[in-house]
Amino acid sequence: MLRSLSIDPDKCTGCLQCEMACSLENEGIFNPARSRIKVFTFHEEGRFVPYTCTQCDEAWCMHACPVDAIKMNFQTGALEVNEKTCVGCKVCTIACPFGTINYNRVSGKVIKCDLCGGDPECAKACPTQAITYVDSDATGLEKMRAWAGKTDNAQHAAG
Amino acid sequence: MAWAKKVLRVNLTDGTISSEPLNMEWAADYIGQRGLATRYLVAETDPGCDALGPDNKMIMATGPLTGTAASTGGRYSVITKSPLTGAVACSNSGGFFGAELKAAGWDMIIFEGRSPNPVWLNIEDDRAELRSADGIWGKSVWEADAAIHKITGDPQTRVAAVGRSAESGCLYAAIINDLHRAAGRSGVGTVMASKNLKAVAVRGSLGVANIKDPKRFMETVAEQKVVLAENAVTGQGLPALGTQVLMNVINEIGALPTNNMQKTQFEGAHSISGEAMLEPRKSDGKPNLTTNAACFGCTIACGRISTIDPTHFSIQDKPQYQHNSGGLEYEAAWAMGADTGVDDLDAVTFANFVCNEDGMDPISFGATVAAAMELFEKGVITTEHTGGMALNFGSAEALTWCAEKVGTGDGFGKDLGLGSKKLCEKYGHPELSMTVKGQEFPAYDPRGIQGMGLTYATSNRGACHLRSYTVASEVLGIPEKTDPAVTEGKAGLVKAFQDATAAVDSMGLCVFTTFAWTLDNMAPQLDAACEGDWTVDRLLEAGERIWNLERDYNMKAGLTGADDNLPERLLKEASKAAPTEGQVCNLHEMLPEYYQLRGWTTDGQLTDEVRQKFSLPG
Repeated sequence: MLRSLSIDPDKCTGCLQCEMACSLENEGIFNPARSRIKVFTFHEEGRFVPYTCTQCDEAWCMHACPVDAIKMNFQTGALEVNEKTCVGCKVCTIACPFGTINYNRVSGKVIKCDLCGGDPECAKACPTQAITYVDSDATGLEKMRAWAGKTDNAQHAAG
Repeated sequence: MAWAKKVLRVNLTDGTISSEPLNMEWAADYIGQRGLATRYLVAETDPGCDALGPDNKMIMATGPLTGTAASTGGRYSVITKSPLTGAVACSNSGGFFGAELKAAGWDMIIFEGRSPNPVWLNIEDDRAELRSADGIWGKSVWEADAAIHKITGDPQTRVAAVGRSAESGCLYAAIINDLHRAAGRSGVGTVMASKNLKAVAVRGSLGVANIKDPKRFMETVAEQKVVLAENAVTGQGLPALGTQVLMNVINEIGALPTNNMQKTQFEGAHSISGEAMLEPRKSDGKPNLTTNAACFGCTIACGRISTIDPTHFSIQDKPQYQHNSGGLEYEAAWAMGADTGVDDLDAVTFANFVCNEDGMDPISFGATVAAAMELFEKGVITTEHTGGMALNFGSAEALTWCAEKVGTGDGFGKDLGLGSKKLCEKYGHPELSMTVKGQEFPAYDPRGIQGMGLTYATSNRGACHLRSYTVASEVLGIPEKTDPAVTEGKAGLVKAFQDATAAVDSMGLCVFTTFAWTLDNMAPQLDAACEGDWTVDRLLEAGERIWNLERDYNMKAGLTGADDNLPERLLKEASKAAPTEGQVCNLHEMLPEYYQLRGWTTDGQLTDEVRQKFSLPG
């Protein structure tokens, strides 16, 4: 089963556990500045929103890369950057409409979410299930369930 | 190792900035944050110095777990001599500033001297520079935060700043970071402003490296996150209601100080409670609380993000308060609500917003207003002093007016900025000041909760609940239930809480974890992160060492055992509320035993044995 990250911003408290888990897994240190997932705070609205790559099938970054450094891992569905091939030209960062692939000045390469090879650390670290790793074909299932629960058929059930 | 092992030293007098290695011998004894910074303060300053003079130093310090994934590991403290108490000040704050400082590669910043002109410090990793605060000095914290973000151009910059209250000399001014988190107590913001330092901005991209055993660390962090999630207080009560979960609980047991501690129950308590913050209001159908919010790395998320009723009188024509910001926590809601007799949730939330915007400690502010209200109702302070405002208990208008006056330092706001002790002295009624060592009480009446009486009397920073929160045991039964009405056993309880809390603070963790965790849950996290063997026993020993070091500083600053006392009101005027009727605080039954357990003399002085045992400096 192919799985995807599913993000429910309403559950996010802005704690950054996801950013620390991501940076530790990928960089070996706790460093939100090097996290591939970012939590944004909209203070005046009282909202927190985690955001990361959605792993597009026809990925802008992949098509834009002049050296074919970005390829899909068909096991996980993640678009992965081959660090050996990447030349750090940053064209992918311009092509991506969502801003989720970024240059890393330390390595001179681009970095993006690779779903940790199929076991994403951010989802495991999230204390509120704002980030979950679920069946790709059913990322809307919990929203559907919530709305389904509001369907007014209580009288039928009682009858 | 978790420590960055680097100290940033900023001499404000001559504008020089330097980097030096962290003293790791001291770190082994004092851990970090509160303990380690106090060790530096003791080594580098004269405890007898003028708190607001250039000889006092101000240290912003992180702990070894600050900036790591350990739950709640985002905290920093500000350590300096307090202008409110004359004792050591150590004010702890969450938010994101502390973790950002650590991620920039610094364990602490030591500020010394006084800048000839207003400045702010900008830190980007290993680069730090002082910049002119022209155009920022004279602004509120929120305005300064916005101005600095405009200058750095980086939305991820974290800012800690002082407001206009600090600039005008309010003695309980706080340092506000991330717009609504406060290093709140004892006037650390006043010290910062006295150094002509408006703000510290930091951006860190280096992160926290060199965890001793990352795999073991993440395993134990994950285990301990589960402990927090499964605990009724940290997993349910605090996320849902915040610390405000306590308002109705403490009121019901007859220990909610009311009207400047004249009473121990407040009839309007529910109206300003955590439960009330969830009730939809008539005007727009929204509750006061928008969402809960976490500080860096925290899996409890007790923070409150709130709005004020758009139709409320306090915010008309004031757009800066017409959106979400940091909402009420229990101590603030108590001080500005119950202690002033104000049951208007929106007025109290407004006063809280002003405390955040202009950097006041809401506990000291509210308690000082309460003292002013008692002075007013006794006819000592009149409308001639205030310029027309009637300061009656229960007046929401008076509360919101006072907040703005202290915030900007205008008119009678100057008097209110003195704090309860100096205000009551100025008006000839020192007995009406509800303070210990010059610092105002928080929200637990020691007539109803005896252990808190000893907590307040012996706290190294004046009246404070966070030095030994025996409410956990006496009211909530954590880790085990003790009777709040009895004094027996409380000396030992207070000492145990004081020592453990000093260790918790010094690691960089939040004391709220202790509703679920003991040092048994924390030591494995510190041990996996830091070099050396960190056991519960070692943490307790370090905690006791830190407590004694703070005490030693205070004694050298001129305090004595006589300062370990409570206002007469709490010792002689009995509670009239049914659950605690007839009770006073029997401090005299606890204090001698406490001194004995500490190994101090009968008049509360450190002994040579204690000094040697903990290898305390000179």
